[in-house]
Amino acid sequence: MISADLNTILPEIILAVYAMAALLLAVYTTKDKMAGLLTWVTAALFLALALWIGFAGQGTTAAFGGMIVDDAFARFAKVVILASAAAILVMSENYMARRNLLRFEYPLLIALAMVGMMVMVSAGDLMALYMGLELQSLALYVVASLRRDNVKSTEAGLKYFVLGALSSGLLLYGASLTYGYAGTTLFSGIIEATSDGVSLGLLFGLVFLLAGFAFKVSAAPFHMWTPDVYEGAPTPVTAFFATAPKMAAMALFARVVHDAFGGTVEDWQQIVAFLSVASMFIGGIAAIGQTDIKRLMAYSSIAHMGFALMGLAAGTAFGVQAMLIYMAIYIAMNVGTFAFIISMEKDGRPVTDLASLNMYSKVEPGKALAMLVLLFSLAGVPPMLGFFGKFYVLRAAVEAGLVWLAIAGVVASVIGAFYYLRIVYYMYFGKDQDEALDRNGSPVLWTFLMGSAVVMLVGVVNLFGVEPIAEAAALALAN
Amino acid sequence: MIGLEHYLSVAAALFVIGIFGLFLNRKNIIILLMSIELMLLAVNINFVAFSSHLQDMVGQVFTLFVLTVAAAEAAIGLAILVCFFRNRGTIDVEDVNVMKG
Repeated sequence: MISADLNTILPEIILAVYAMAALLLAVYTTKDKMAGLLTWVTAALFLALALWIGFAGQGTTAAFGGMIVDDAFARFAKVVILASAAAILVMSENYMARRNLLRFEYPLLIALAMVGMMVMVSAGDLMALYMGLELQSLALYVVASLRRDNVKSTEAGLKYFVLGALSSGLLLYGASLTYGYAGTTLFSGIIEATSDGVSLGLLFGLVFLLAGFAFKVSAAPFHMWTPDVYEGAPTPVTAFFATAPKMAAMALFARVVHDAFGGTVEDWQQIVAFLSVASMFIGGIAAIGQTDIKRLMAYSSIAHMGFALMGLAAGTAFGVQAMLIYMAIYIAMNVGTFAFIISMEKDGRPVTDLASLNMYSKVEPGKALAMLVLLFSLAGVPPMLGFFGKFYVLRAAVEAGLVWLAIAGVVASVIGAFYYLRIVYYMYFGKDQDEALDRNGSPVLWTFLMGSAVVMLVGVVNLFGVEPIAEAAALALAN
Repeated sequence: MIGLEHYLSVAAALFVIGIFGLFLNRKNIIILLMSIELMLLAVNINFVAFSSHLQDMVGQVFTLFVLTVAAAEAAIGLAILVCFFRNRGTIDVEDVNVMKG
């Protein structure tokens, strides 16, 4: 009995034990000298676990009396977050080492955050949900303020901490009301309790829970922390924030609204649709005036979360499938974009100013072209993969009868295209400047940038077979 | 007779005080940490009240988890605060403004 339960969460156990053992090992031996090695080992472990979960897992298993659920949905999310985290770790090693930031805690905190995320996406109970979420958040607060001798980084950590704790509080209050009025913390019990309508107390609980999730996925109007945290944190950490935690929080969002409140779609549909519209427009409009590329990517991620929420707002299995495909594409795009941002340097110092990209196409035509493909994809220009992500969520919204939401999405994506194209304009038609960016060629970053750009172009053929996998995942969740 | 609704009212009041403490406080970051703690404790009252009302232990188990996490959260919050103070020399809320959000 217990051994079967432990078997279900074996990947999480392995990762947690690894993180703690490596922490002890590093403390008692060479400390930061082994940070580079640990980064690579952690990334390799992530990749191995992603492959293992992706290929070996099948069916739906509930462990610990339903508190942890291992199904196709959880596996899809886990593979995406593990693979993206491995990519970010590999990308960050060089950057962190040269800035004296490569401490051995960095890969291990990321590993602990990953344990939290894996528990989050397979949570079947409010308690497992909360513990996973907190393990992820607590590790991320520390990672955000990793550059501890820098005002911006510590301020980013502080803001992230205060607003993250506020969101945890809201979520927890929602969890307590849900527990009180449903009489159980199990999702399977909550969905039974809501079978004959949602009582007022449960509705309050649901609203508080959704507000907490909206904070975690940085959906407007709970997005205030995102630009500051993205700007202040070291760039590889920002890249991490923009990928894995977003996928985990979005998967958690989907799991709760479908697994726990799936019987009463109309009760949360309006809220999610509102979050979606607000995020798309605030993300699109506020990004226009930005001059810092990290802040711009923060608003870009807010807008993208709006689109992913649109799929969720549909409240159907196809909506979940659209959301999963959208998130997978979003993460593939962001890995490449951040590979470019991490490589932006002037005289060996990192720059994030948009103006420094003026006439970048003359400095490095190859990288500028790859970035152009990625920006077009982020904007959703048709031949690129990003368009298909948007197409899926729009279709899900229309099929669910939310035509107004789909129209709002199209308008928002046109507004959003403006600021992406502005970067392209700078790179190709900007004014000449004497002090261009360095031609530094970190081969790792170059590979990720080019690989991501190629994926955006080649993926249009069949989306690399993600579609049927996402469909199976969505069916496991929304039945 | 003190019933469930009284406990819920107290918890709701504490929770709202916590939220207002976060937003209206313009003085000191330590007060932010205290407000966060207040919110979490309000939730604990909720959990225990429901647990006793439902004759179900799960709520009390949840409370223990929340207490543990709250302790860890306070530790990390204070650690980040100390780092911030070393760099900035102040912990006034109004001085957390290097980046405009």
